[in-house]
Amino acid sequence: MTLVVDGLFKAFGGVQAVNNVSFRLDAGELLALIGPNGAGKTTCFNMLNGQLRPDAGSIRFFDNELAGVAPRKIWRLGVGRTFQITATFGSMTVRENVQMALMSYHRRLFALLPRAAALYVDEAMALLDRVGMADQADRPCSVLAYGDLKRVELAVALANEPRLLLMDEPTAGMAPKERVELMALTADIVAERKIAVLFTEHDMDVVFGHAGRILVLNRGQLIAEGNPAEVRENDQVREVYLGAELGHA
Amino acid sequence: MGFYIVQVLTGLSSAAALFLVASGLSIIFGVTRVVNLAHGSFYMLGAYIAYSLIDLFGRGGLGFWGGIVLAAVAVGMIGAIVEVLILRRVYQAPELFQLVATFGVILVIQDIALLVWGAEDLVGHRAPGLTGAVDIMGTPLPAYDLALIAISPVVLAGLWLLFNRTRWGTLVRAATQDREMVGALGVNQAWLFTGTFFLGSMLAGLGGAVQLPKGGADLLMDFNVIAAAFVVVVVGGMGSIFGAFLAAVLIAELNAFGILVFPEITLVLMFLVMAVVLIFRPWGLLGSPEAPGQKGQQGPPEQPLRPAPVRVQMAGVAVVGFLALLPVVAGPFALVLTVDILIFALFAVSLHFIMGPGGMVSFGHAAYFGGGAYGAALLIHYANSNMESAMALGPVLAAVLALVFGWFCVRLSGVYLAMLTLAFAQVAWSVVFQWNDVTGGDDGLLYIVKSAWADTAQSWVPFYLLTAVLCLSAMLFLRRVLFSPFGYAMRACRDSELRSHAIGINVLEQRWLAFTLSGVAAGVAGSLYVFSKGSAFPDYMSIPLSFDALIMVLLGGVKTLLGPIVGAVTFTWIQDEISRFEYWRFFLGLAIILLVIAFPQGIAGFGRRYLGPWFGIRAEEAQ
Repeated sequence: MTLVVDGLFKAFGGVQAVNNVSFRLDAGELLALIGPNGAGKTTCFNMLNGQLRPDAGSIRFFDNELAGVAPRKIWRLGVGRTFQITATFGSMTVRENVQMALMSYHRRLFALLPRAAALYVDEAMALLDRVGMADQADRPCSVLAYGDLKRVELAVALANEPRLLLMDEPTAGMAPKERVELMALTADIVAERKIAVLFTEHDMDVVFGHAGRILVLNRGQLIAEGNPAEVRENDQVREVYLGAELGHA
Repeated sequence: MGFYIVQVLTGLSSAAALFLVASGLSIIFGVTRVVNLAHGSFYMLGAYIAYSLIDLFGRGGLGFWGGIVLAAVAVGMIGAIVEVLILRRVYQAPELFQLVATFGVILVIQDIALLVWGAEDLVGHRAPGLTGAVDIMGTPLPAYDLALIAISPVVLAGLWLLFNRTRWGTLVRAATQDREMVGALGVNQAWLFTGTFFLGSMLAGLGGAVQLPKGGADLLMDFNVIAAAFVVVVVGGMGSIFGAFLAAVLIAELNAFGILVFPEITLVLMFLVMAVVLIFRPWGLLGSPEAPGQKGQQGPPEQPLRPAPVRVQMAGVAVVGFLALLPVVAGPFALVLTVDILIFALFAVSLHFIMGPGGMVSFGHAAYFGGGAYGAALLIHYANSNMESAMALGPVLAAVLALVFGWFCVRLSGVYLAMLTLAFAQVAWSVVFQWNDVTGGDDGLLYIVKSAWADTAQSWVPFYLLTAVLCLSAMLFLRRVLFSPFGYAMRACRDSELRSHAIGINVLEQRWLAFTLSGVAAGVAGSLYVFSKGSAFPDYMSIPLSFDALIMVLLGGVKTLLGPIVGAVTFTWIQDEISRFEYWRFFLGLAIILLVIAFPQGIAGFGRRYLGPWFGIRAEEAQ
């Protein structure tokens, strides 16, 4: 089992943002975390990636406890991340963004003399090739179209050969066609590398089209869990979503 | 008992001028994001103009208070004129660039004040009806102090009404919180900014005018007050008027009592307070964290680093060849000037290293320049060291200072980081200034002689060559580091802290070592400088020298690697040329202002744009 989350709690002031959430995630699986606004998705996510410390509960990633561990250490254990609003290095080229992650992975961050642009070129190009960005490798990241930026982020997230990918709203801000392409690409990569993926998403087409399993959060609690068909038929889920969107998905 | 009450009241009265100046600075920064170095000059002008007006109007009650109020209004108008004529042209320039223009304004105002009011300190007029002293439980307190104590709350209340009960004030508060949003709502920003400058400058002028009966007017007031005003603004929290009031009172009281316990501490006390406050409350006592998107990144995004094309490399070789042949053709004066230029170029490059690619602005980089200078000078004086080993080991002191100060500074960002570097530099300066037994205090350490082979008496050539080799190597080394994984990681931390954490970069550690490396390079420049001058003075650590470095970097262009070198050459050369005139500050200030308006992307940024294609620097695609 890649990830075992057990009894996660987090409160802000008097609000119980995440209330006793437990789930498991296995290699090669695409698990979607959904719920209406304010359900606790982001809080849950930020506890997994180290930005928030849970009040209680444990997050086991293989043999390591992730609860309360700093983001950069979580990354070193083999967890890659993409952000809802892309975070890349604007003053670097597409390839350099990936090389940067590779330099960190190979622990060369304090090397003062080698030319960074000449390091790990082949590895970086292989990753960019995998996400379909090899032809734009020399362009500055600051001029890319948003959908391309998301692909660069995916390549960066793969640089440390992660066993778990955390994707926060992977298709937010993208055109419908791009969304499908990016999720299909993610699904392929996950299958070939046996990576476990946890993602949050607002777009129900993306969720029901690509997730293997779905977790539904409402008011901090897990109200449903199962494959897309099961979740779609769940009465409580229908109620939470007012029966509107899911019925037609 | 009476003594202590009087001490409290004295503290409160000296808080008045401080609060007035600081609140103006805070309002201007909050709305326009301009770090207005000339704010101290407005304070000084307030004092001088009030002096002249009171002379003109006569010294009756109406003449005195009327003179003070009119002086404040006049200074407000001067501030508005500066905004309209100069700053309005450079709002689109990269962050902090505007402060270069305000530095030019300082110099211009200094010489205008010298021309109009003369070099003699002026003793202020006494306030009519408040010339005596009040007896407080047996201890006298000047009656005018009571008037000063009353002024701060009155102004504070007035500002509160202005900001909470008028439409204009609401706009100012809104702009302080989110400038872009206010612009998007269709507010005429130009007049909002001009009005803000009027108000802020008027408060500075009022501060200078009301302290006239106590402190008089002199030509050093501008620099003396500006550091204190920055401290008050930062301790109180940027943009918080009430915070500024609280901080002014806190610092004035600490000074009033600190001077009783440990007189030497007054020079550093407020900087220590600021350091402590920023370490525990990184946004000041009543400030709030900067909203995202307020970092003020203006203009096009920075371009990826590309290795120098062949023609640029050839130009570099030509410069080295020129420097190598210079001793053959040039006389000693030119060599001495070139030594200065080389040393300051290295100093500026070391600052640019953290400020540009590192994204950490230092207002106190002279601490490390002076650290290297004193490191070498102390070794000569106390360890009987020779020139070579003093030069090699001197920068160790700079490294130690950078390690210690940097550890705190890299935890902050933006203007708060800049202010903390200023505070630490001022602490280092005052230690050097006051520790007479070891550093010689204001008299400095003299007789720092070169080794025989590089001795001035025979010729400047050997020392010039030594300087050229060391400075060029150090600059090339820093350039190389920028292209290394370390330099890339430093840039990564600046571009996106979030992403840096998410790919395993220890952002604080990376920044800390970058800060230290930059400090060591500044220290190398400093240790060369003591041997070139033959002495070490506290000036080498002072705020003006830190500002010089800042001006060089910004003037040259912070977004290009050649910028700091171009800036250092231009600034040092112009200063050398102009300083032969009587009113050289005026002309230097004017030159700086003109350069700022002509080259809002910095001189090297301008050169890159128009000469770049010929040198084979390819134009990057724009967004």
